Amino acid sequence: MIAELLEQVKDPEIPVLTIADLGILRGFDVDGSKVTVTITPTYSGCPAMDMIKADIARVLEENGFSTTIRITYSPPWTTDMISREGKAKLEGIGIAPPTPVSEVRCPRCATGPARTVSEFGSTACKALMVCPNCREPFDLFKELR
Amino acid sequence: MTEALNHGDDNLVIAQRLAEWVSRGPDLETDIALGNIALDHLGVARALLAHASEAEGGNEDDLAMLRSEREFTSLLICEQPNGDFAQTIARQFLFDAYQLGLWEKLSTDLDATIAGVAGKALLEARYHFRFSSSWVIRLGDGTPESRRRMEEGLVLMWRFVGEMFDQSPDLRSDWDRRVDEVMTTATLHRPADGFQRRGGREGIHTEHLGHLLAEMQWMARAYPGATW
Repeated sequence: MIAELLEQVKDPEIPVLTIADLGILRGFDVDGSKVTVTITPTYSGCPAMDMIKADIARVLEENGFSTTIRITYSPPWTTDMISREGKAKLEGIGIAPPTPVSEVRCPRCATGPARTVSEFGSTACKALMVCPNCREPFDLFKELR
Repeated sequence: MTEALNHGDDNLVIAQRLAEWVSRGPDLETDIALGNIALDHLGVARALLAHASEAEGGNEDDLAMLRSEREFTSLLICEQPNGDFAQTIARQFLFDAYQLGLWEKLSTDLDATIAGVAGKALLEARYHFRFSSSWVIRLGDGTPESRRRMEEGLVLMWRFVGEMFDQSPDLRSDWDRRVDEVMTTATLHRPADGFQRRGGREGIHTEHLGHLLAEMQWMARAYPGATW
């Protein structure tokens, strides 16, 4: 029940991914109608965290649970914690999943290695690449490990 | 909680400086890079100041927005003005090299929150250091003009290096090795150590911090308790 409700909570900047796909949902405890959800931030400065916290509380409270959210920093989040399904979803919307920069392939035509345009991209978790074949610019989910 | 406050302040102040570049970067990519790095530092600052406030009462916002200059214990290097791009890169490069060693050490701290934040910040610091050192190399081994500016930036920031190691002298040798390696690749000479300015950890700052705080804090002070 709680797990299914939490499935509805998406990353507001990459809405195909749930917080479980991203590996930022560390777990939850249920005590009657009280739920304690433990999450961990992706990048330290990720501005989406406040929205994710609010979304978790909203979804649970709409279903009659009172919610406490705990943030844990240990063990630190790495991109290895993104599920296999999450990585496939990223590729599906044209964002290359976390890969060492020299091995990145274009999510559209699978040509590699892509050229790095900028090691920093549109959000804290992305870098900007361009495909050597189809010339499509695309985001890479930065590898952090 | 001195540790959480000291490093929280370092990260808050340098984040504010880096944020001054937003929309003024030399090109779109470096503008975004500096903004992203600022966000990482800000995130670390929030985590550490929130942790510090648990022990001392109040909250992270009060610590950030309602303390005066003398109450900030950030390192002097963090508050130094951006200057030109090379000067910002010099500041970031020397500070990233310091944080790499610092976070590695603190990632096994007895305080589990500090250890957790440090473990996470270490991964990000590696990314930051790769960016800053690549620019030290590009500017240092670039045109005569870029080299002159990179050298001037490093000389200007060098007087604030000594203070970084007052509380953790054990981090100095690794820092030296890291910095020397990049500077050799950049064909740059290491500035002479010379006179070293100190005082940040005691709240004795250079003239720049007051101006930085005035800009950062004015809204929180003008509208106490305001929320979005």
